[in-house]
Amino acid sequence: MSPYVVVAAVVLAGLLLFAAAMGARALLAPRAPTRAKLTTYESGVDPVGAGWAQTQIRYFVYAFLYVIFAVDAVYLFPWALVVRSSDLGVASLVEIAIFIGVLVVGLAHAARRGLLRWF
Amino acid sequence: MAVDLPLPRVGPATDHAPQPIKVVLNWGRRYSLWVFNFGLACCAIEFIAASMARHDFIRLGVIPFAPGPRQADLMVVSGTVTDKMAPAVRRLYDQMPEPKYVISFGACSNSGGPYWDSYSVTKGVDTVIPVDVYVPGCPPRPEALLQGILRLQEKIAAESLSTKGIRKKYAGHRLASAGELARGLVHRPARAGDPVEAGTDG
Repeated sequence: MSPYVVVAAVVLAGLLLFAAAMGARALLAPRAPTRAKLTTYESGVDPVGAGWAQTQIRYFVYAFLYVIFAVDAVYLFPWALVVRSSDLGVASLVEIAIFIGVLVVGLAHAARRGLLRWF
Repeated sequence: MAVDLPLPRVGPATDHAPQPIKVVLNWGRRYSLWVFNFGLACCAIEFIAASMARHDFIRLGVIPFAPGPRQADLMVVSGTVTDKMAPAVRRLYDQMPEPKYVISFGACSNSGGPYWDSYSVTKGVDTVIPVDVYVPGCPPRPEALLQGILRLQEKIAAESLSTKGIRKKYAGHRLASAGELARGLVHRPARAGDPVEAGTDG
């Protein structure tokens, strides 16, 4: 017997259990929707506004610069340990150059948007 | 806002379920009471003590700290309900799924307690939501809450849900809003000798 039969049987049993549980719930559970119950849960107070809201995107700048200046260090420090090894050295040098090239593009973008000015 | 609001009902099989099925359902309901702790004052400390190791109401099947009303079966109102809090109590009770139960824990939520003549305290949480079990005391000891839970479990074991019963429960306030419980400012009653101010009534 193919081992996939066992997998299929487990999946089938899972689907049957799910259908049985949901079916029993639909057949047995009480249901009393009211307008108050169907409103959004906001710890007991009235929800304000709609589900869609505009948020300030300005913190995107901090995340962007954080990725450029901090997250690259996470990759540069381990790379510094293997750059002198004979088997990884050249290949990793090329790879990290591509990586830093991408980061430089990001840095140039940040500079063009004026994100690197102090005041 | 148009919402689909069908009439309250129990599942089609419940009305015709044989007695053993109802016994099993009630057995499951009474021993898996997810509790929504409405801790409003010092009674909440006694409630927390009842949930901790010494008194440990989890052994009775009461599971504390439900993430919200939508996951809860039992609301324990422990503490002083004020008129400002009453709409929130009502809203959160409304958002619990059926079947739901309420234990009023302590003198304040039973009747207003020591603040029975306060201008701001609701005179019993049963003026806001239906209460199943009252636990007296100021504050009640955790043992009293355990006794209250046992009484509630006896009540659940004896109950039989039906479409007729659940419609009777919801008759009159299916469209009600918690805002109806909000109340304006209460003015101090006039006493003899008060200067008469212009613009105040009574």
